[in-house]
Amino acid sequence: MTFELLLFYVFGAILLGAALALITVRNPVYAALFLVLCFFTAAAIWLLAEAEFLAIVLVLVYVGAVMVLFLFVVMMLDINVEQLREGFTEYLPAGLVVAAAMATVLTLVITRFITMDPPEPAGADYANTLELGRILYTDYVYPFEIAAVILLVAIIAAISLTMRRRPDTKSIDPTEQMKARREDRVRLVSMESEPRERKKKKGA
Amino acid sequence: MITLSHFLVLAALLFSISVAGIFLNRKNVIVLLMCIELMLLSVNINFIAFAFFLQDLAGQVFVFFILTVAAAEAAIGLAILVLLFRNRGTINVQDLDAMKG
Repeated sequence: MTFELLLFYVFGAILLGAALALITVRNPVYAALFLVLCFFTAAAIWLLAEAEFLAIVLVLVYVGAVMVLFLFVVMMLDINVEQLREGFTEYLPAGLVVAAAMATVLTLVITRFITMDPPEPAGADYANTLELGRILYTDYVYPFEIAAVILLVAIIAAISLTMRRRPDTKSIDPTEQMKARREDRVRLVSMESEPRERKKKKGA
Repeated sequence: MITLSHFLVLAALLFSISVAGIFLNRKNVIVLLMCIELMLLSVNINFIAFAFFLQDLAGQVFVFFILTVAAAEAAIGLAILVLLFRNRGTINVQDLDAMKG
């Protein structure tokens, strides 16, 4: 057994264990943290397959952004965990049967029919990021731009879905504020000046 | 040495676990979204393994795009979830029957 294979088994075991904990744990916060562990170990496995750039992207984008978003939402919502756990044992047999059947069939097919020799390890002068960037900005430049548009759509959708106008807050509408003119607010009145004695007399 | 079937079996097991998770947590939308992320991760492991063994970087480009779309999906899904909780006060899937005739 080579050292790479040992690393693969260790990280694979952690990955599967974290996935199992994710689907069975009671608290959604722990589930999100187990998903973080899944992403970390998957990034390690991707490193073993010489996908260095994507492994770093998985940690930076997924653990750094998406999982923080998940944790933020989980902690912001006041969830009744007990109510959501109803039916867990009820669906346990069906889920186990389906998962076991799928795992068995897929594993049998993969181990029987798919064999491929591992390639030569890449040399020290091979840069995965450089090669990926080279084809990403030439052959795949249009899909790359579409991906950028998809991210823009996601930004706009997320903001427009969650933005709301609260009736009880005293906010100022900037357009109304800009439209205000001096003539609307200030009125100059010309009136006679009043002598001082008269006012005094009235007061006394 | 690591063979292709090592990667593929790992991804298949991960996919099966996430399918079981969808069965078990069918009332909790947040955990359902997490299980979908796990499925996408297992598919990505397959892509990376084939890209490595066939020495073709197109598989890694695909993983790049899957990560992009999954990030957008998570952002929109969580926004919908927040909106849902604000309007109905629950994220139980059983209570979301407003469209039922």
